[in-house]
Amino acid sequence: MAFLSESIRKRIEDYIPRYPSKQAVTLPALHIVHDELRCVPRQAIREIAEILGLSSAQVHDTMTFYQFFREEDQKLGKARLWVCRSLACQIRGGEELLNHLCDKLHVQPGGTTPDGKITLEFAECLGACEGAPAVMIDDEHVHNVTNEKADEVINELRGNP
Amino acid sequence: MTEFEPVLLKRISKKASPSLDAYRADGGYRALTKALNEMTPAYVVDSVKASGMRGRGGAGFPCGVKWTFLPKDHPGPIYLCINADESEPCTFNNRILMEEDPHQVLEGVVLACYAIGAKTAYFYLRYEYGRAYRALQKAIDEMYAAGLLGKNIMGKGLDCDIFLHRGAGAYICGEETGLIESLEGKRGWPRIKPPFPAIEGAFRKPTIVNNVETMACVTHIIDRGADWFKSIGVPPDPKNPRDAGSYGPKLYCISGHVNNPGCVELPLGVTVRELIDKHGGGVWKGRKAKGVIPGGISMGIMTEAEFDTPLDFNGPGKVGCLGLGTAAITVFDDQTSIVDVLYGIARFFAHESCGQCTPCREGTGWMMKILDRMRKGLGRVEDLKILDDVAKSIGIMPGTTICGLADGAGWPIKNAVQKFRSELEEYIRKGERSTAASLQMVGAH
Ligand SMILES: Cc1cc2nc3c(=O)[nH]c(=O)nc-3n(C[C@H](O)[C@H](O)[C@H](O)COP(=O)(O)O)c2cc1C
Ligand code: SF4
Ligand code: FES
Repeated sequence: MAFLSESIRKRIEDYIPRYPSKQAVTLPALHIVHDELRCVPRQAIREIAEILGLSSAQVHDTMTFYQFFREEDQKLGKARLWVCRSLACQIRGGEELLNHLCDKLHVQPGGTTPDGKITLEFAECLGACEGAPAVMIDDEHVHNVTNEKADEVINELRGNP
Repeated sequence: MTEFEPVLLKRISKKASPSLDAYRADGGYRALTKALNEMTPAYVVDSVKASGMRGRGGAGFPCGVKWTFLPKDHPGPIYLCINADESEPCTFNNRILMEEDPHQVLEGVVLACYAIGAKTAYFYLRYEYGRAYRALQKAIDEMYAAGLLGKNIMGKGLDCDIFLHRGAGAYICGEETGLIESLEGKRGWPRIKPPFPAIEGAFRKPTIVNNVETMACVTHIIDRGADWFKSIGVPPDPKNPRDAGSYGPKLYCISGHVNNPGCVELPLGVTVRELIDKHGGGVWKGRKAKGVIPGGISMGIMTEAEFDTPLDFNGPGKVGCLGLGTAAITVFDDQTSIVDVLYGIARFFAHESCGQCTPCREGTGWMMKILDRMRKGLGRVEDLKILDDVAKSIGIMPGTTICGLADGAGWPIKNAVQKFRSELEEYIRKGERSTAASLQMVGAH
């Protein structure tokens, strides 16, 4: 029995014709698995490698270069909340906002709430600097985040499983 | 002077729909139709060359000239990579173009593919741009359905596919060879050059890497002509024989301590002061500015006294900055500690160095640690010399690293040690402590 579902395997295979080398599908494959499973387990790395004709060490090497991907013991919560700490946000309250969220969620950056709903992260510039301080929920920006707005955001993330 | 009428932001400022139909109704794909009916690929290359348009991604290399570096009569494949990694802090102009007027960019991509003989274009898009990803994919789907992508486009025998490739949160993948390595499924480690990508790039084939805004400019150069483009902006500085001029409209990002942060389009050559006062609504809270980070944090720092510097390709160098960069300014007010600003910058580069060159990997870490010690009130006057020495010894220019990340990491530090020396010395002498929130957290960062 394969570890990765038929549909995940199919989505990965669908990327292959786009590139002249199968290795180029490494990042798309990691994203597909990571989005769905909220981490990339060892067995998934082996199967991605098998689909792409690579050694699992190659896939693992690429994956760990991008600190973005989580291994199984660091599984993400349902939502990933990123708080920008780069210059435009830093000087408009981004660091205070990160502290506020740490207090509110009782986690350090990188940590996940015990209910598994929210993983809190710091980010470098999200590219939403006109709305500093900015945060991102998975891959969507939220601009001008005051502490009150942050509280609303986490209430929503907690309420909608 | 009459108000400049936006070109790149024209549809966006009117909140026009990003759909294909709306884009076409506003004259979209007119340039592509014209090129496929009336122009040879060489003519398109020549037009872009004649426009004097310099790449908008940071390095400012003349776009048409770069295209001519491809080997002649190559059997192919040749690839086009669109650099949509936009990770330079304080920069967001590419995002706005892709989210709100994707066809304007995509038309430029098909034109560029036609010009350089590429049948495949890859967008390397930073993961953080989820909205842009979805807007682009929707626009690409519309193009396939309308015969503007795929085989035999407009019945003119042009084949072209565009694929979106999402990054994974690494700044270094914006460097063009880091981008290529990452696209190939490897670590985003920049390559030693030469060979340059035009000779050996993605998948070992000739490759052109261009920025998103560069692509949008191509659309308008083909639509309105090279002379139109060249009538906007600033001609070469006669005193600088290496200046190739600064032509065309440019998207300027304004952020930090201003009343109205945002993105504006202006002819190249606007001054920092005009950007802040006229377009950014002035410094917030009625305060004065202490300085500005021009062109993203990699380009250095300007003091308030330098705000009349024009932001064209030649201007920032006159006040010791590295260049125009991404033309994004971040203003910090007179109540901001320069040590906090520098620490934030150093922390960014220490986090984003890819680690393959020792001077960059170690140097960015040391600069961050020295500044961290300083903000904790434990700085020593000799630290300024150490910072300056490290800053000046890492990078392509001193010849110690593979890519320009290290030059960018050193530049703001080196500028600050020179331009804000007395503030830094006083901070150290008084043993001042930063009040930054990142210091109040227990066990973080
Ligand atoms: C560390 C580093 C990061 C870069 N990041 C970007 C980026 O995010 N986007 C971009 O277009 N160019 C970036 N560049 C510049 C690219 O290497 C390249 O010059 C550019 O994409 C070429 O496009 P253009 O000629 O259209 O400007 C970066 C360069 C360096 C050294
Ligand atoms: S200069 Fe820094 S970022 Fe660039 S290749 Fe070397 S270590 Fe990597
Ligand atoms: S600095 Fe925070 S989004 Fe750019």
